[in-house]
Amino acid sequence: MEPLSNKRKLIESKPLNFWERAYLPAIISGLSITMKHFFKKPVTISYPEEKREFSENFRGMHSLKRDENGKERCTACGLCALSCPAEAITMIAAERQKGEEHLYREEKYAAVYEINMLRCIFCGLCEEACPKEAIYLDGDIVPADYLRKDFIYGKDKLVEAPLNQ
Amino acid sequence: MGGIDLLYKLALIVIIFLISLVVAMYSTYAERKIAAFFQDRIGPNRAGPWGILQPLCDGAKMFLKEEIIPTNASGFLFIAGPSLSILTACIGSAVIPWGQHLTIGSHVVDLQVADINVGVLYIFGVVSLGVYGVMIGGWASNNKYSLLGAIRAASQNISYEISMGLSIIALLMLTQTLSLREIAEQQYSWHWNILRQPLGFLIFIVCAFAETNRTPFDLPECETELVGGYHTEYSSMKLGFYLFAEYINMFVSSAVMVTLYWGGYNYPGMYWMLAHVGTTIAPIIGVVVMFAKVFLFIFFFMWVRWTIPRFRYDQLMDLGWKVLIPLAIANIVLTGVVSTVLRHFGI
Repeated sequence: MEPLSNKRKLIESKPLNFWERAYLPAIISGLSITMKHFFKKPVTISYPEEKREFSENFRGMHSLKRDENGKERCTACGLCALSCPAEAITMIAAERQKGEEHLYREEKYAAVYEINMLRCIFCGLCEEACPKEAIYLDGDIVPADYLRKDFIYGKDKLVEAPLNQ
Repeated sequence: MGGIDLLYKLALIVIIFLISLVVAMYSTYAERKIAAFFQDRIGPNRAGPWGILQPLCDGAKMFLKEEIIPTNASGFLFIAGPSLSILTACIGSAVIPWGQHLTIGSHVVDLQVADINVGVLYIFGVVSLGVYGVMIGGWASNNKYSLLGAIRAASQNISYEISMGLSIIALLMLTQTLSLREIAEQQYSWHWNILRQPLGFLIFIVCAFAETNRTPFDLPECETELVGGYHTEYSSMKLGFYLFAEYINMFVSSAVMVTLYWGGYNYPGMYWMLAHVGTTIAPIIGVVVMFAKVFLFIFFFMWVRWTIPRFRYDQLMDLGWKVLIPLAIANIVLTGVVSTVLRHFGI
């Protein structure tokens, strides 16, 4: 039968010659290969002292952004929570009171905003859903912890540091 | 033997015992480091500078682990197994000459615990006792996997002891003595036995790998296939003893190989050193040379471990019975013929 492609290759299995059966030359060439690796520079990155460089579109820990005047952008619309496939985001909305205009950009804001980092899959859909450009996954790797409850991050950990004025 | 001599012998025993323990302890560290370097990694580096406290941490961990003795295990033998294993590993070093006679002031010090005239036989006796530790441990566990592992280990050790003994006979035909001290003395300067017995050494080192259960002959314990072989049921420091005995065995068998084939404490130019540096410093240099050779062999053991994959069980038996034993017998015949011919012509 005509082969479909010309890639077919007949493999002959020759009986091993004396030196191949003696096994020693093979051992010696193997030893020389490992010895070459002995003097190579290790590829280890000693995390956390050294960190691998992240790519530009790396998605790490979330941060809730402030606008140019230092006001929180989030209006607690809930689109991020709705878009979240892992249902990691919960929030409680509140109305902005008089005298709080310098804190929140719109009349409604998130009084409580929590992300469960154990549920989050870092897909970035919240970032895409947000109409106010309030949430970005531009942080570092979420650090390890001991208790499950400590992985529920509130506004204290998520909101950007206030601008220095 | 005077009181001073007795005291000195005791001190030497303690020192050699401590040295073999410390060397074995740091062999575990060296193994992990060297494995890392061969695999382009760094290895343990957290406990102390460059991780040099790692063996201490490992030891402490072993002691603190929960000690489990299975209900149906044979109580006494279960503990006797690892004890015997580490005991036989430790007493092997007694007949090895670590250096020439050392002169301190007017006192001549012998750097060997026991210069018995059957040193080689003693080593063999101790090595074959080592099988009992494995066998008893596997049997006393009352676990079929342990027993099968122990049987594998025992059959491997016994098979390779034969070719090891045969490879030594060719060497003994040349040295005409069983005393390790005399064998070492005969190899003065560069007259090392490896030059006269390369094939014998090759057989011996292959058997040494098998006797110490090192890769490529580590199938008694092969962690990836068996559940741990003969020490499946062991935990805590009893397991530690089994693992530790392997490293002591490695140290002792390296020392035996160096003494028998690689000139022991001898090095080219040693007589010049003895005449010019004095009878105190020169033997100490000899001891350093001895240990350097031993460490090179330990390194070689590890180097091979991270290079060659494990043998299959039938391949192991084929190699032992169908290759090494005929080869060792051929070596004996060859050695006999060559030495007779050479003696006939007066060379």
